Order: sequence, then structure tokens, then C-alpha cells
Amino acid sequence: MKNVVWGLVILLIILHQDFWFWENDYAVFGFIPMGLFYHAMISVGAGVTWYLATVYAWPEGVENVQPEYDEAEDGK
Amino acid sequence: MSDGLTRFIIIILYLASLLFLGFFASKLFRGTKKDYMLASNSIGPFLLLMSIFGTTMTAFALVGSSGEAWKEGVGVYGMLASSSGIIHSLCFFLIGVKLWALGRRFGYTTQIQYFRDRLQTDWIGVLLFPILVGLIIPYLLIGVMAGGTVMNQMTDGAFGEPKREPPKFENLSEKATEISGIYKKAKLALEAENEEEVEKYLGEAKAKIVALHDGKLPGAPVAQKALPKWMGSLLICGVVLIYVFYGGMRGTAWANAFQTIVFMILGVVTFVYLSYAIGGQKDKGLFENLKAATAKVTPAKKLQSQIGVWGKVAKDSASEEKGVAIKANVLAKKLKPVAELKEFQTRKQMSFLKFVTYMFIPLSVGMFPHLFQHWLTAKDANSFKIPVICHPLFIMIVWVPCVLIGIWGTTTGYAGSPNGILVFLVKTETGAILGGFLSAGILAAIMSSLDSQFLCIGTMFTTDIVNHYLPGKYNDKQQLWIARAFIIGIVAVTYCLSLLSISSVFALGVWCFSGFSALFPLVFASVYWKRLTTAGGYACVIVAATSWIVFFYLAIQSGNIRTYTVDFGEYQTMPVVWMILASTVSMIVVSLITPSMDEKHLERFFPTKKLN
Repeated sequence: MKNVVWGLVILLIILHQDFWFWENDYAVFGFIPMGLFYHAMISVGAGVTWYLATVYAWPEGVENVQPEYDEAEDGK
Repeated sequence: MSDGLTRFIIIILYLASLLFLGFFASKLFRGTKKDYMLASNSIGPFLLLMSIFGTTMTAFALVGSSGEAWKEGVGVYGMLASSSGIIHSLCFFLIGVKLWALGRRFGYTTQIQYFRDRLQTDWIGVLLFPILVGLIIPYLLIGVMAGGTVMNQMTDGAFGEPKREPPKFENLSEKATEISGIYKKAKLALEAENEEEVEKYLGEAKAKIVALHDGKLPGAPVAQKALPKWMGSLLICGVVLIYVFYGGMRGTAWANAFQTIVFMILGVVTFVYLSYAIGGQKDKGLFENLKAATAKVTPAKKLQSQIGVWGKVAKDSASEEKGVAIKANVLAKKLKPVAELKEFQTRKQMSFLKFVTYMFIPLSVGMFPHLFQHWLTAKDANSFKIPVICHPLFIMIVWVPCVLIGIWGTTTGYAGSPNGILVFLVKTETGAILGGFLSAGILAAIMSSLDSQFLCIGTMFTTDIVNHYLPGKYNDKQQLWIARAFIIGIVAVTYCLSLLSISSVFALGVWCFSGFSALFPLVFASVYWKRLTTAGGYACVIVAATSWIVFFYLAIQSGNIRTYTVDFGEYQTMPVVWMILASTVSMIVVSLITPSMDEKHLERFFPTKKLN
């Protein structure tokens, strides 16, 4: 699943380069130009992808991290 | 009460509420340096989301997005916003969480502390400190200047009727009517799609305007009896300084959250209000007005509406003695052949390769020192999940309405600078109260970045210079005062620079981001590449700085700092790509030809067993 998530991130980056809608002036719902609507959907897709990333690709070893320095002193 | 005064009072009340918030946050201050700089690592998911979002969204989120859309069309959303939604969250996820974990383990407060430890060299701090501060100062300058300008424009007429001096010309009435007549002819020619005639009449009008102004094109109208820009900037700096001083990082995070909510809500409210005003379907619903507003946007509409409006204004100027009228002819500066008019609903005139390479600019967030500090405030790693998920959605909520407002603005006859379109629409199409709140919203976006930057530079100076070279000499309290003194010093320098009104400073924004992006390979490699060596780190920083200087010099030479691109024939690319490529290649090559770092040292950063 982790690989699927990273595949989705790469897909998002590819889909972002939408030369196929470059000159499309169709207004979605009658008021949002296609070039804007498509990229708004890219933002929604990014939100969903990052949700999946936090569920399936969350880095290991970052929970319960404990300080390895004297907190009374400064760190490094 | 005049509209300007109403807006001024609302702005002042808003600034007062921020001071109150900072004061309240100071009541929770624990008196330690760590609490002041990192809020004792106590920030949960919601505050982290709002403070990170507020910090990354500058004035550009409201003013710049609508301005760029007015100038370039809807393509700016893909170029600047949706790409940021992907890349920013990628940086939070890949870099932010890891750095938070390392910071928690080893007690870092600043980026430089981390790099000194990771690369085992003191001098990397000496090299990075001036580069990071140098890249932040123009960024601060943009905020300070934008704050002053917004205050000035939105308080137009606050302290008396905004009377403008009429132009002192002989036979003005006759000449203005004549110019108005030419504009009218140009408008008719445009409707008849006769491009030659349009250009002929506009050229004729321009020549007459120039003749009226002793051979020069007149400037844009200036706000009258308003709060002066210098005072507006001073007020903004003062308020931010006070709540940063008293509230520290906790006050900053709270203020950011509050300000982010303010500018997001007001952005949407303004969008709805303007859709009715521009759509013009008073008896119909929101949806019909949205459709009507967008339907008005046509390639020639911007020029047509400007010609129409300014033709009328030119005529009125003589009879009503409104000096602003003739100044309308800033339009004349922007004349272009009709065939080259932008299609605001598509990206017809946008370079595809420039669009693609612009995606490297948002990588800058990986190296923002103020964002690094925000990351370290997180209570735990899970606090990052909500910011990572919601950041692209929040960008969409703020940017989509602003981009639509920007393209609708092309139908309203506005002919000033792109960044002024939102302020213009708010002043002309909404009431004083909404205008006042929206002014507060724009200032909120500006201040929510300034505060983090102020705090960050103070923290860097205290931690990376004072405490690093004079360890144990000053106690926590003294260090806090040193941080505050350094912040005042930097803000004073920035404020003085803002008084010079350097117009090209706004063009520096993209260069600041490019500089931080050029350093991105360093932070990425330091977290994920064991083979990175000290020399490789130096090579990355030196080549990033050198390539930045070279491209910036070339941009100055080309006379076009703002939109400079590296061109290959008809293909345009952003310089940032070449900077990142250069810094990455040099970092990899130098790392590979130098001995790898001590395994024991690397084990601290790349543990073979789980940390928990």
C-alpha cells in the first residue's frame, strides 16, 4: 500500500502538467473555467492522497520519540 | 462617517484584538527560552495546521492571487496554488516529520543547529546564517511594504474628503472631452473587431495624454487624506513586534490561527458579495450571479471595459474636476495589440515549460527557517497529520475564489497595478464595513507570516551566534532580551528599507523562494542520504548561493527581474530548476569523492533499530 501511495503522489505530479486542458475554455457549472476547476480537483486529490499517506505510509520510528539530551540544558 | 474612516476604525479594532491575544498568550508563558521559542513543544494538530498555513500564505494569497489572475488568467492557480498543495505537504511529510523527530531527540531549536550537528562542522552555520537571514529580509520587506500600502489605500479619505487636485492644464474640459471621444471611437472599433482602428485610436489618445503631462505618462491615483504608507508599515511592525515579544511562539501560533481563520472566512464572504456585484443579477441567486460574472469575461473585455470606463472618466474629469480622471490613462502604458490579449479563462498565452518548472519553487518550504521552527513546536508526530492533509484543501478554499475575482476584475475597467485589483473591487463594489473587514483580512495574511519570521530571526541569532559562541554566558532571561533586541534591529533595518519604496522589491519574492529551493537538496539529503558528507554539504550551499547570484545578475542585466526565465529558443524555464540541479549535482559529486562520515555518528541520524 505504501508503494501505491507514492505512486499516487507521482501520478498527481504528472496530472498537474495538464497540457490537455491548456486551451479549454469550457465553464464547469457555468462559472468555473476548466483550467481552474481541474486544478481545484488536483488540490482535492492531493488532500486525499496525503490522507492515504498518513494512514499507509507514515514514517516509522517517529512516535514516542524521547529526548536524548538534558532538557534542563540546551540541546545541541 | 466616511467609508475610509469606517475601514480605519475596523482595522484598528482588529489590530487591538491581536494585541489582546498576544497579551493573553503571555499569561501562559513559562519564562523559559524553550517556551518562548518553541512553545515548549506543546502545539497540537489544529494550531499547527493554522500556524503553518498562515505562515506559508502571505499577502500574496489574497492580493497577489487575484492580481495575477487579473493579469494572466486562471492558469496562475495551477502554476502557484495546486502545485504548492502537492509540494508543501510533501515537504511537511518527508522533511517536517523527520526533522521534528530529530529535533525532539537532540533538542534543536534552529535549522543551523541541526546542520552543524548532522554535518559535524561549525562553519556551516557561519555560511548559512547570512544566507538565510539575507533571503528572509526581502521577504520581510515585502510584508512590511504591502502592509503600509494596504493601510494607505483602504483608509483613503479617512481623515477628510478624499479631494484630489485637478490637473492644472489649460482648456482641460475641451481636451478631456476630446480624449474621451477618442476612447469612444476605440471602443466602437473594438466591438467591430477592427484591430487596426483600435490601436490607431488608442495610440492617438495616448499621444494626447502624454502631451498633456509634459511628455510623460501620468501615474496611478494616490490615496488622499489617508493613513500614510510609512505610518501604516510602522503600525503593522509595532503590533506584530508587541505580540511576538509578549506571546513568543505560543502567542505567534495563536495569532496565526486567529488570522488564518479571519482571512479564510473574509475571502469567501468577499467572493460571494462580489459575485452579486459583478454578476449584476440582483433578483437572482448566487449561482446565477456566478455564471453571469464569469460569462462577462472575454479576451477583449478587459481592454474594452478599460477603454469605456476611462473614456467616461476622462470626460468627467473636466466637468467635475476629478483630477484622478486623466490619470486613468495608466491604461495607455499597457496597450497591446488586440491579437495578443490574454484569454483569462485558458492558459493560451502561458509557457507550458515555465508552468512545469514553476513547480520547483514551492520546494522552498523545506528550507524556510521559520517553518522549521514551527515544525519543532509540534506536540508529537501525529500533530503533522492534519496539516499534511488539509494544507492543499485550505489553499484551494483561499485561492479559487480569489482567482475567480481576479478574472472577473478584467470586466470592471480597472487599469492600475495587478496587486491593486482586489482593493479596487472592495472599495468600489462593497460597503465600508465589509471593506474594513476585508482590509483586516489582507493584513491578517501579511502579519501571519511576518510574526513567524520576526521570531525566527531572533531565535537564530540567539541560538546560532550568541549562545553558540558564548555558551553559558547568558541565562534564559538575558537570551530572550538578546533575541528581542536583534529582532528590533532587523525590523528597524527592514522598516528603513521600506521607506525607500523600492518598487522592484515585490519582484524579489520569487527570487527569495528560489534561493530557499536551491538549498532544498541539502535538507533532503541530510535526512535521507547517509552518504552526504561535510564537504558535500558545503558544496551544495556554495553552489546554490553562487548559481543564485549568477542568475540574479543575469536577470538584472536583462532588465526584467520579475519575469526572468532561462530560455532555450521558444522554451522558457524558471532559473530555480538550474539552481537546484547545480546544487544537487555538486552535493552528490563532492560527497561521493570525499570519505563518508563516521558510522557511529550516522547511527544517531539513521538508527538501524526503531527509536521507540
